[in-house]
Amino acid sequence: MSFHPPMEYAPTRFHKSERELAEPGGGFTYTPENQAKFDANVKRYPADQRKSAILYALYLAQNQQGYLTAAAMRHVAQQIGCTAAEVEDVVSYYTMFFTKPVGTYVLNVCRTLSCALRGAERVTEELIATLGIKPGETDPTGTFTLLEVECLGACDRAPVVMVNDDWHERLDPDQVRVLVDAIRARGRAAFSGCHLHKEKM
Amino acid sequence: MAYEPSLTKYVGEPNSYTLDFYLKHQRGYEGLRKALTVKPDDIIEQVKASGLRGRGGAGFPTGMKWQFVLKETPKPRYICCNADESEPGTFKDHVLMERNPHLLIEGCAISCYAIGAKVAYIYIRGEFHHVQEILEAEIEKAYRAGYLGRNVLGGGFDCDVYVHRGAGAYEAGEETALIESLEGKRAQPRIKPPFPASAGLYQCPTAVNNVETLCNVPLIVLNGPEWFVGIGPEKNGGPKLFCVSGHVKKPGVYEASMHTTLRELIYGHAGGMLDDRPLKAMIPGGSSVPLLLPDQLDTPVSFDHIQKAGSLLGSAGLIVLDDTVCMVWLAMNLLHFYRHESCGKCTPCREGCDWLFKLLARLEAGEGRSKDLDLLSGVSNNIIGKTLCAFGDAAATPVLSTMKLFRGEYEAHVREGRCTLPAGWRATHPTLVAH
Repeated sequence: MSFHPPMEYAPTRFHKSERELAEPGGGFTYTPENQAKFDANVKRYPADQRKSAILYALYLAQNQQGYLTAAAMRHVAQQIGCTAAEVEDVVSYYTMFFTKPVGTYVLNVCRTLSCALRGAERVTEELIATLGIKPGETDPTGTFTLLEVECLGACDRAPVVMVNDDWHERLDPDQVRVLVDAIRARGRAAFSGCHLHKEKM
Repeated sequence: MAYEPSLTKYVGEPNSYTLDFYLKHQRGYEGLRKALTVKPDDIIEQVKASGLRGRGGAGFPTGMKWQFVLKETPKPRYICCNADESEPGTFKDHVLMERNPHLLIEGCAISCYAIGAKVAYIYIRGEFHHVQEILEAEIEKAYRAGYLGRNVLGGGFDCDVYVHRGAGAYEAGEETALIESLEGKRAQPRIKPPFPASAGLYQCPTAVNNVETLCNVPLIVLNGPEWFVGIGPEKNGGPKLFCVSGHVKKPGVYEASMHTTLRELIYGHAGGMLDDRPLKAMIPGGSSVPLLLPDQLDTPVSFDHIQKAGSLLGSAGLIVLDDTVCMVWLAMNLLHFYRHESCGKCTPCREGCDWLFKLLARLEAGEGRSKDLDLLSGVSNNIIGKTLCAFGDAAATPVLSTMKLFRGEYEAHVREGRCTLPAGWRATHPTLVAH
């Protein structure tokens, strides 16, 4: 009997037998282009500090197959010259790495204060209604993944939704449906990019 | 006399980010040229004389930081530029990197020369991918034009500037956590001392500086420390970027001197309150600082004045709140952020943030009890001062500050068993939005 109040992450829940392992995945190696990119990037750091390139190496792997499998992490470990456990340690810390398949378009709704003050909660609601999925889920066709993320650093352009690496700024909740339809119809061409490129501040 | 912007004067111009534009309109790389004609220590002396204070949040004098960088060592020295701009309410470095990248590149080069480093790493947050593309392309151009690389401008000085992309961690903005992340580990803070100035990146002497701080360096070298001191109040000199967001008509980045008051920022630069509603409170320096009330509107936005008013200038992220904002909801929203971003290294912060969020979510849902208020302050006070980095203090501040200034709202939540201020911009079905 423990006097400690029950917590979500109490030992009963995180027993090692219940720990979710990364998917094994098929054999993974970098494409020749990615291998060349990695070899160039690792030169930015001192020769005995190859581990500094680990985030870059993981981005390459993730962009190559959409998410990180155990095989991909082992390949990264080989490239860096560290253990697979060290790679997994890093992957599990940073929010921008996925260890499960995600949709073609990952919609990251900023939910922190400045965006919330300008209607981010309503944007999330509209996305839930439009896509029929909750935050953290991917739709059955594998097109969209909906995520709520913390401050994206674009508070002047709230509310912001980051679609993959592109930003959609000042997204009126009423415009959510239009954005989703536009992405469905035109794919990446529908990304509006960062406003600062186009408009005067 | 009207204030003349020097950091962001041209950011509205379509080609402001190009090398040609920088050379033509901003006396581009003249600061670097001038710096290379004097001794590195003279640059440090100039920056010290200018009184430049770090723009990342702590406001520590930059010249002093550089002076602490260990010289008597065979190890290489490093500049790390902190471009992991993640403090809620802050978005100034984004503008500088996207619209005026050469100012940062020149700042990195001069700083490297000053402390005797050969490499500067710009640690940019992963979400700024579009900014990173611009920055890397412009760095490439600076290399080709001879402002970076071997034997810069024929002065016998070598300098490399690299961009390092983070992957989504607020904690990477803490200087030792940033170094850990650069070394390819989890972004968790180190025990200090040793400070980065003696054992930083790869255990070598390192200076970690914010983007805006480094952008001020070429201006100081070019215009002299007196010019810098002349802008703004005593010990708070130089141009400053202010990020105004929340319930204002024109949210954005505004450059001004630190003589400017909160009122001028909100009702002047940012065009006044959204829908002309009354002002309820302000967060002057990013989400981690105490709130200020409307009767403090005439406070100048300098490090010292804001501190005297009971808050901190921090990263100068001014979040403006109108009368529709429920303060319990606000604390809950921010604690959701801190709970998510806590790196997990120190127990008080890792566990405390989670409990604070749970208590606040319970209050906001109308299921709070009156003893929860004491519990909130108890948990908060057990986080403050008991963690390795400032994150713990930052996380407890929104709770303690809102409880101090708006205790009535907390009590009303308990008494009425519901949120007493459910605004139109909030979710219509709060349960749908994930907690």
